[in-house]
Amino acid sequence: MVKPSPAPVPGLGRDPAPFTVVGGHDTSARTDGEKPSLETVWNWLGQIPDPEIPVITLTDLGIIRDVEWNGDTLEVTVTPTYSGCPATSIINLDIETALRAHGIENLSLKRRLSPAWTTDWLTDAGRAKLEKYGIAPPQPAGGPQHCPHCKSQAVEKISQFGSTPCKAQWRCTDCLEPFDYFKCI
Amino acid sequence: MTDPLFEYLCRMGDSTLVLGHRVSEWCGVAPVLEEDIALANTALDLIGQTQLWLGLAGEVEGKGRDADALAFHRDVWEFRNLLLVEQPNGDFGRTMMRQFLFDSWHLSYLKGLAGSSNDQIAAIAEKSVKEVTYHLERSTDTVIGLGDGTEESHRRMQDALDRLYPYVGEMFLTDAVDTAMTEQNIAPDPATLRPAFDAHLDAVLQEATLTKPQDNFAHKGGKTGARHTEHLGHMLSQMQWLQRAYPGATW
Repeated sequence: MVKPSPAPVPGLGRDPAPFTVVGGHDTSARTDGEKPSLETVWNWLGQIPDPEIPVITLTDLGIIRDVEWNGDTLEVTVTPTYSGCPATSIINLDIETALRAHGIENLSLKRRLSPAWTTDWLTDAGRAKLEKYGIAPPQPAGGPQHCPHCKSQAVEKISQFGSTPCKAQWRCTDCLEPFDYFKCI
Repeated sequence: MTDPLFEYLCRMGDSTLVLGHRVSEWCGVAPVLEEDIALANTALDLIGQTQLWLGLAGEVEGKGRDADALAFHRDVWEFRNLLLVEQPNGDFGRTMMRQFLFDSWHLSYLKGLAGSSNDQIAAIAEKSVKEVTYHLERSTDTVIGLGDGTEESHRRMQDALDRLYPYVGEMFLTDAVDTAMTEQNIAPDPATLRPAFDAHLDAVLQEATLTKPQDNFAHKGGKTGARHTEHLGHMLSQMQWLQRAYPGATW
């Protein structure tokens, strides 16, 4: 467990970020010594992998709906993908762990049900990462565009449900590989 | 009298809870791996919806009970689920027939609830509609596939329908709690959903080469809690075992 770092003291010339910044992005976006800018927070959230499909991040998935400062408290609003998805509580824990490691002391996580999560909120980068990983990204037509392995369009459904609530099982009748399809909802 | 809104939310949450538990009984023993996974996913969705419904019920009640307290610390006579969902799984065909009958009602009902005057109820319904759309697609396909399948599968599906049909009527009964909800535009009147349900049922049964029972007799008493079938108590003794033996135990 990483302990929250002490708030930096302005004017003492010390590093404004007394922790390792993953990805080495610019931390000059901080508005003062205590409150990181919202852009910085979004950046941090964009480094947190989805616990079940770690090739995409929480921001790729589109489940972080809002980030704002309410006084000294950082409020992060998250929407669940599926109401019973067991990853939801892990996601909240991962957000808390990451933000605490970045020195956020007062944190409030909120759940927002409406508007309900839709795969339209998956980012283009997220869709590309899914495909590269072997999971066909969601399509409005209701089935995968092509096999994520050999790109053949000869695909058929095995089952409407898969290894996680958000996926279905399909197979390619050309290369014969089964693959996951990220359901469009 | 108990607050009708609390009563109503328990009906919604108890039906998804009891069916979710029933369906989860298949985990690890379904006929094929894909069906096992599909059943487990369906159960998971229903349990997730239960957390939302019973969580809200606990808030509305205001006595400090959360979804877990309502699920694990009430006994059978306090449950408000539909009789259909507490019926035992039987064979795979009967499980899927029960699912199909429930899903057909559930989806149209949730669509009505998505326009509820209560924002929290509308939000839960909006979320659930997406999940239940998948449930109904799958259960419809399975009922057609097995009904219009082999002689054996056809016979089992017809047996399942004959056995479960007397539990359909309760889903469309309107009582004082429903009337209180309808008057405040919180929920649709269940009776108004029957014609669309019947039309869908007839179309699917025709494709599945199954025959709807002539008799419209309906068992009732589940959603009012007046008279559950004997099966619910046995199910709860399994589901609530840990909290009964070790009250308040946590991970």
